[in-house]
Amino acid sequence: MASVAVPAAAAPAKNRDRFRFLTGAAGLTAPLALLLIVAVLAQQAWPAMTKFSWPFLVGREWDPVHIHFGALPYIYSTVVSSALALLVAVPVGIGVAIFLAEPGQAGVRGAIGIGVELLAAVPSVVYGLWALFVMGPWVFKNLETPISDRLGWIPIFAGPPRSAAMFTAGLILAVMILPTLASISRDVIRAVPGGLREASVALGATWWETTWRVILPAARAGIIGAVVLALGRALGETIAVTMTIGNRNQISASLFEPAYSLAAVIANEFTEATGPLHSAALVELGLVLIAVTLTVNLLALGLLRLSGLAARPA
Amino acid sequence: MVESAPPRPDLRALPGASEPKVEIEEVGFYYGKFQALREVTLQVPEKRVTALIGPSGCGKSTLLRMFNRMYDLVPGTRATGKVLIAGENVLTTPRLLELRQRVGMVFQRPYSFPMSIRDNVAFAPRLLGWTRPRIEAAVRESLEGAALWDEVKDRLDQPGTGLSGGQQQRLSIARCLAVQPEVILMDEPCSALDPIATLKIEDLIHRLARDYTIVIVTHNLQQAARVADFTAFMLMNPADRCGELVEFGATVEVFNRPRDRRTEDYVTGRFG
Ligand SMILES: Nc1ncnc2c1ncn2[C@@H]1O[C@H](COP(=O)(O)OP(=O)(O)O)[C@@H](O)[C@H]1O
Ligand SMILES: [Mg+2]
Repeated sequence: MASVAVPAAAAPAKNRDRFRFLTGAAGLTAPLALLLIVAVLAQQAWPAMTKFSWPFLVGREWDPVHIHFGALPYIYSTVVSSALALLVAVPVGIGVAIFLAEPGQAGVRGAIGIGVELLAAVPSVVYGLWALFVMGPWVFKNLETPISDRLGWIPIFAGPPRSAAMFTAGLILAVMILPTLASISRDVIRAVPGGLREASVALGATWWETTWRVILPAARAGIIGAVVLALGRALGETIAVTMTIGNRNQISASLFEPAYSLAAVIANEFTEATGPLHSAALVELGLVLIAVTLTVNLLALGLLRLSGLAARPA
Repeated sequence: MVESAPPRPDLRALPGASEPKVEIEEVGFYYGKFQALREVTLQVPEKRVTALIGPSGCGKSTLLRMFNRMYDLVPGTRATGKVLIAGENVLTTPRLLELRQRVGMVFQRPYSFPMSIRDNVAFAPRLLGWTRPRIEAAVRESLEGAALWDEVKDRLDQPGTGLSGGQQQRLSIARCLAVQPEVILMDEPCSALDPIATLKIEDLIHRLARDYTIVIVTHNLQQAARVADFTAFMLMNPADRCGELVEFGATVEVFNRPRDRRTEDYVTGRFG
């Protein structure tokens, strides 16, 4: 008996080790790929990095002819347009998610749910076209112009407004990240145990109080995850932003002025780079974009840890 | 089988009874077209423990959820008859917050809210807009009342979800004690707990019965025998799966000298 049992017990153990090795190796590929990408980009950007050093990050001028490169306006535009997108998309997305997560009325909710998922499948360039020809002019006429007429004394609304501006780019980004935000948040809200809702209602809370004080806090970790994912997409979005942001290298307090994001300038200038240093500077912008995205992700993770939510399942 | 009129138990005829706190008069209940309860009439005595027993699916939870209108959450439900608390019909009252403050509920699984222990207990007082000092006092009193204070007094700011199952169940009892309800409903409050935690809750139920009217649903007959002063036995009518009240009386009577044959079969375990 014993002579049979020993190999039988050893085989699964061996298999388990092999399995661990395989999954471990598979798990390592993602960070390795990232490292590799960063390494290759760094090599390409090296000439620019040595030449311009840290001032590259804070310089405001971008002049390929005189070989003068500063990335600050691009960093600024990238962060501000994405922040604007979140400001609009997070409340709307969570609202839609709450609506979609409610039980009942499968017909209406089902249709809207499918509509939201389909929005996620629309290619960026189509969003860009739509923003360029439909949303941009509409926003210019019905939002930017009346707002800057009345509230123009506030720097962020200062005129004269432009159809292609930070504001337009932020809005189209909001539309683009909305489906991701809404559908993930809906799933997270649905996963909140029904018993929590019942317990809250039994204490006299209304539907609204229950949603606000119990359901959303319970879904908080997952919703933050959805926001981080959406933010990642907004920061890196290229074509739709290029088509709407106005592509002017400046830092303006006014949201109604044109701006120029990291991804947009890389896409626009790369094929027409005037020299090796120009190319290297553009690659360095790519590195900066990765750094911005990673920083944002780490900040969000830190936020989760701080609020003690990371350990709890969504 | 002889058709018998549904029982209309009279509290005054029962030894050990008190004034009726909740009067259930000929209630019926429907989930859409399906009738889950028929002609239930029952008086729940004040500051006593009343158990609802019966096989699974006979409508115990449904009846319990009529006391505080929890069925409002389920679309397509309809209630008939009357559930009177201090003369007011619960089924038609527009003042739900007040009703649910007077009638607290403890569920099968203790779901702590995603917030600190203190905030869990302060939840209902905040809905009522109490002042801070009043809330502070209520938090302490309720945790003491739920026999949890000594275990959590040093970690009131930690999340309620960090407690054990039994502690969380006492936390949910504290949560409903905070607004000083008159009636506490419990739907199989121990079925997710281990025997020791169960004993603690049963002790607590005994003590709470001094000040509160308690209605408890349990599938555990020993538990009903241990904690309940009065017991109502319900059964599903085999013809249309509709729940009916079969017998109501002092727990000792129901268990030892049942008047109805079906009750006897059930409490002696002969139920098929
Ligand atoms: N939400 C619901 N929708 C439809 N039918 C229900 C619902 N809840 C309970 N029922 C039905 O009502 C009857 C009584 O259920 P319930 O009150 O939960 O029984 P018990 O608590 O005694 O096990 C059962 O036949 C059950 O299938
Ligand atoms: Mg039940």
